[in-house]
Amino acid sequence: MLIRRHGDIRSSEITPADVYAQRRAFLKAAAAAGVGAALSGPAAALVAPAGQRDAIAGVVETPHGRGLELTDYEFVTQYNNFYEFGTDKADPAENAHTLRTRPWNVVVDGECEAPGEIGIEDILTGFTQEERIYRLRCVEAWAMVVPWIGFPLGDLLRRFKPTSRANYVRFETLLDPEQMPGQRRAILDWPYREGLRMDEAMHPLTILATGLYGEVLPNQNGAPLRLVVPWKYGFKSIKSIVRISFVHGVPETTWWRMAPDEYGFYANVNPSVDHPRWSQARHRVLGEGLFSRKHETPMFNGYADQVAHLYKDMDLRKFY
Amino acid sequence: MDRPEHAFPWRRFVAKPLLFGAALIPFGLLVHGAAVGDLGANPLERVTHTTGDWGLRFLLLTLAMTPLRQLTAWSGWLTFRRMLGLFAFFYVSLHFLTWIWLDQELRWANMLADIAKRPFVTVGFVAWLLLLPLALTSTRAMMRRLGRHWKRLHRTVYAVAVLGVLHFLWLVKADLLEPLIYAAVLFVLLLVRWRPGLLKRPPLSTRALDAR
Repeated sequence: MLIRRHGDIRSSEITPADVYAQRRAFLKAAAAAGVGAALSGPAAALVAPAGQRDAIAGVVETPHGRGLELTDYEFVTQYNNFYEFGTDKADPAENAHTLRTRPWNVVVDGECEAPGEIGIEDILTGFTQEERIYRLRCVEAWAMVVPWIGFPLGDLLRRFKPTSRANYVRFETLLDPEQMPGQRRAILDWPYREGLRMDEAMHPLTILATGLYGEVLPNQNGAPLRLVVPWKYGFKSIKSIVRISFVHGVPETTWWRMAPDEYGFYANVNPSVDHPRWSQARHRVLGEGLFSRKHETPMFNGYADQVAHLYKDMDLRKFY
Repeated sequence: MDRPEHAFPWRRFVAKPLLFGAALIPFGLLVHGAAVGDLGANPLERVTHTTGDWGLRFLLLTLAMTPLRQLTAWSGWLTFRRMLGLFAFFYVSLHFLTWIWLDQELRWANMLADIAKRPFVTVGFVAWLLLLPLALTSTRAMMRRLGRHWKRLHRTVYAVAVLGVLHFLWLVKADLLEPLIYAAVLFVLLLVRWRPGLLKRPPLSTRALDAR
């Protein structure tokens, strides 16, 4: 296996001078317009594209995750849990080439006034694509830092005008054993399903991701559209979404059905509530050496100041 | 011994050293990977899984030697059994050590709590504990000293294999295929242990009768 060292930067990864100049100009304009308060301070710049896939145009910088050390592109894209393409961490990178991500439509239905369908091209052009650097904590006690490209889920949901009856949102992955060979065996109850409470779905940290490292999502990372909820365990961030439904009442989710005592609906990162088979107090950061120490897992994966209020009167031991 | 006294002792000077070298390959790859930093995104997981897998594989290989002798009527298999058994102990011990040192980071209270409350950890620990006396009594001198008790003691290895497979079955999240393959192999090995007749070739005379 080829491991790229940090100092080993290909020429394709270096931002061309004109692009760089455009970004500077954008930043100046933003600062002048008074919207750049969060962007000022140490010079921020978009993460350099990995040079592996199509770049996403018009990506806007955000202050999210500035200063976090990114996990190498190789690890982000070659160590994945995506059982639709095999249960080994290396399987998705090897097998996901069979997934066809164009054309791709997402059905939005359920308790809303304007149900309909939206194509991935309209999603890419119709919503401002932002860079969001987030920590991702897996329920298996490892973690990484990913520079996602995406936009707030709430922006998309509002277009379909949810009614007052809609208090949860349900998501569904593509079901197609031809394209997703892992679905030929009943490892999980396919298609993969996930859900969020309405206020979680509308929270500004919750995004639909279309890319990472400046480029469209690799198939193994859930192309062409996936959820990212950074304060919850990774399995909540459902991949390759084809359907989003507004529902009334808690939707059934895949891992909860599989083992309700191990995977709750909320699945908030919580160091004080163990998985029945292992502790959640600490985690490994991908890419660190064999003898490096584990890290203490922070409550809500370090996003407590932004999301703790959503759960203020709840017993998180009961609603894990 | 089924070889003439004057023949070259190839089993001792060729087959066993070769097996010894081959059995060290997974360990060598891990050491090399750790040295050059090429154990993938999650080195701890790689080491844990590799040592666990090979511990279980060597256990099953050890158990396969007696049936192989019955199947092939070649007693040579038994000369590899002790080495295979000791390699099982070697890899299971590395697996256990990885857990103690790198996974639990020497938090002794945590470890005791884990052993007490998490069944897959409990059975893994008990399996290692049961292997310990087998490794310690694997020498020829101990074999002689224990006499008939030696055989009875070493039958524990079947229990260890069952616990090892359980340990694997109870730790996977969803896909049971791999542990079930180990379980199936173990089931066959246990079956021929308690029903050795399944493997015995019928005596020549009976076969001759059948043929007629």
